[in-house]
Amino acid sequence: MREVLEIWNGEAVPAGEVPVISVARFQAIVSEVLAAGGRMSALFGRPAPSGRVLVTAVLTDDPEGRLGLLATEVDRRWPSLAARCPALQAFERELCEQYGVVPDGHPWLKPLRFEPERRAVPEGTGMPGDYPFFQVEGEEIHEVAVGPVHAGIIEPGHFRFQCHGEKVIHLEIALGYQHRGLERLLEGGPARKSLRLAESVAGDTAVGHALAYCRSLEALAGVEAPPRASYLRGIALELERLANHVGDLGMLAGDVGFQPTAAACGALRAEFLNATAEICGNRFGRGLVVPGGVRFDLAPDEAVRLSVKVNRAFERVREAASLFFESASARNRTDGTGVVSRELCDALGLVGPAARACGASRDVRRDHPFGVYRFAHLPVATADTGDVFARAWVRWLEAERSSAFVAERLGTLPEGPVRLEVPPLPPERLAVSLVEGWRGEIAHVALTHEEGRIERYKVVDPSFHNWMGLALALRGEQVSDFPLCNKSFNLSYAGHDL
Amino acid sequence: MIDILRARLRFGSETVDYPDGPARFPERFRGRPVIDGVRCADGCSLCAETCPTDAIHDVGRSSMALDLGRCVFCGECSEACRHGAITFTRDYRLAMRSREELLIPTGRDEALLARALDARMRSLFGRSLRLRQVSAGGCNGCEAELNATGNVQFDLSRFGVQFVASPRHADGIVVTGPVTENMLLALQKTYEAVPPPRIVVAVGACAISGGVFAGSPVAHDGVSSELLGVPIDLFIPGCPPHPITLLDGLLRLLGRVEGDELRLAGTGIVTAAEPVGGELGAPPDESPGGAP
Repeated sequence: MREVLEIWNGEAVPAGEVPVISVARFQAIVSEVLAAGGRMSALFGRPAPSGRVLVTAVLTDDPEGRLGLLATEVDRRWPSLAARCPALQAFERELCEQYGVVPDGHPWLKPLRFEPERRAVPEGTGMPGDYPFFQVEGEEIHEVAVGPVHAGIIEPGHFRFQCHGEKVIHLEIALGYQHRGLERLLEGGPARKSLRLAESVAGDTAVGHALAYCRSLEALAGVEAPPRASYLRGIALELERLANHVGDLGMLAGDVGFQPTAAACGALRAEFLNATAEICGNRFGRGLVVPGGVRFDLAPDEAVRLSVKVNRAFERVREAASLFFESASARNRTDGTGVVSRELCDALGLVGPAARACGASRDVRRDHPFGVYRFAHLPVATADTGDVFARAWVRWLEAERSSAFVAERLGTLPEGPVRLEVPPLPPERLAVSLVEGWRGEIAHVALTHEEGRIERYKVVDPSFHNWMGLALALRGEQVSDFPLCNKSFNLSYAGHDL
Repeated sequence: MIDILRARLRFGSETVDYPDGPARFPERFRGRPVIDGVRCADGCSLCAETCPTDAIHDVGRSSMALDLGRCVFCGECSEACRHGAITFTRDYRLAMRSREELLIPTGRDEALLARALDARMRSLFGRSLRLRQVSAGGCNGCEAELNATGNVQFDLSRFGVQFVASPRHADGIVVTGPVTENMLLALQKTYEAVPPPRIVVAVGACAISGGVFAGSPVAHDGVSSELLGVPIDLFIPGCPPHPITLLDGLLRLLGRVEGDELRLAGTGIVTAAEPVGGELGAPPDESPGGAP
């Protein structure tokens, strides 16, 4: 019997075809695939008719461009794989919190989001932040607590540092403050507000999550957006990447006190947000991507003017960024700060620029291409040092490539419609949709029940994989370097908390 | 060093002309909506059936209204409407002082502008206002635009308004997000830590009404008088509100922007504002439609 069902990114299969195997075989396959360099893109539960929990895994083979689906039924407890495969630690905690599946032997079995209805599981705790933090003991050890309300205009999260003098021995990050019950609000859909909810997984990734959502519905319904729409979607996705990467370069410059780049990039980021608003009226691309295509089109002369605007803005980014990268003082603060080794990166299953900065060449746009990326290839940018500098450098390289991509696509928009009708969803199908957002891999898994409505909708924001990377990057660093390290990851609280 | 100075000179001033000059918006920007229930056809309620946040009430009746506090400005309603009864203008002035004022009744085609604080509060905060932002389930959209008000482009601090690190240093709080159960306590504590007199500003559809998260069992449908025990001083609608809308609301509250002159300019990149849905759907019905 086949134990893993292989599919492509953006493919839908009958839900019943996903092989359900024994827990032992399931775990053996998962740990084998992860040890061989595969990744876990999504792992989620749902109630099985037997009263147990049906756990489905989406394993990812990047070099082959294939996804593997497998499932198993779990009865309240199962052995934890997290000690051997740290990339699973958050997934196992999530399953425990949402469905009461206790992973025996989990090295860090703490609440993940403190979901209010389920707060009793697993450690009898109350509010987020009110639970036993890991403590380092010793005469000169002290603790620094930050959050949930931070100093700037930032989303809430709690950071607990165990320090010896200025040196951070351990950092624990407690999240969940932003938990809005998003996955459950999507159940029973597609409803009027489903797409708006997808855009609100993380407001700075509205295009990325809307695209993942729309592609999952299109996969279920068996339709493909017209070519012109996939070009416009690609343009919007790269403009989103540009705006955020340029903004991040400015924020990183600000955090090391390098004002020229900080000031310039703050304003230049807006150029790309405004370019998105020229297309659809909203600076974050809300309302642009819809199931079946896009809602707005560009006339030929408009595309030309937009292309000129993006090119001009990017030339100024080039100038502002080179000031930063050529400044000895900025290099001094970013070189060797917040290092994540390649081994750690792979063990934690990091994604996006944070992984590429460690030398891991993974990018959904190349490995599992979707839409316009199947015809237009973007080179994958990597660096080797895994430090703050590398994460800044990878952003810069990606911004440069995105800018060229946008200009080129605007000049070669295919003719034709930009939207087609999406028929009602067929019953009992499962679709996986991966999109490379600016933070990394966005994974959406949609599953319909017998009436063709959404039974379970799983969202995995790239931040879900990467938060542990930030916590470990801080070890041995100065506590005062936390803002800089944090910014170099720039993870989403809302995307993690859902 | 010389290179840095040269680059700095080449960059020049980036600060927007607003409020002394016009605010520049893309052609397709969706600002204050105008509804005209007289044009509604009998029994048609496509707009309300399309709206993701149930912002449109009493379609076709004289009590028809659009709730700016719920509206996410997606524009789906005006696309769905075949009678031209809902249009989105590019008017960026959306902030109001009370929840009731956010209801735009049918037939109103001018903006209701936020009133300034009373003389005493204005004398305290008019030239120096320090705010503490609390994200209570915000998706980082409103937070991003609030951050943008501090950059060299929008430069809110030129008016003496700044976001500060501690509520103890603040004159008020700015709330975003639907107020998740997990952030309620932190929000209340932050508010309590602000020394009185203090103000509360709700930014974005989520903070005003819950937005797309309205009805979530793990959130509170936004910040309300019940949650904090005090009235909210200013509501700034949007999903998220544009930085100019944020500036306009805060400056009107402080009495630093007055009058009803709308100074709006285009950017010249895109000229037409035709959503694609209009072409896909049936041709617009030119008849005036049934009277309410």
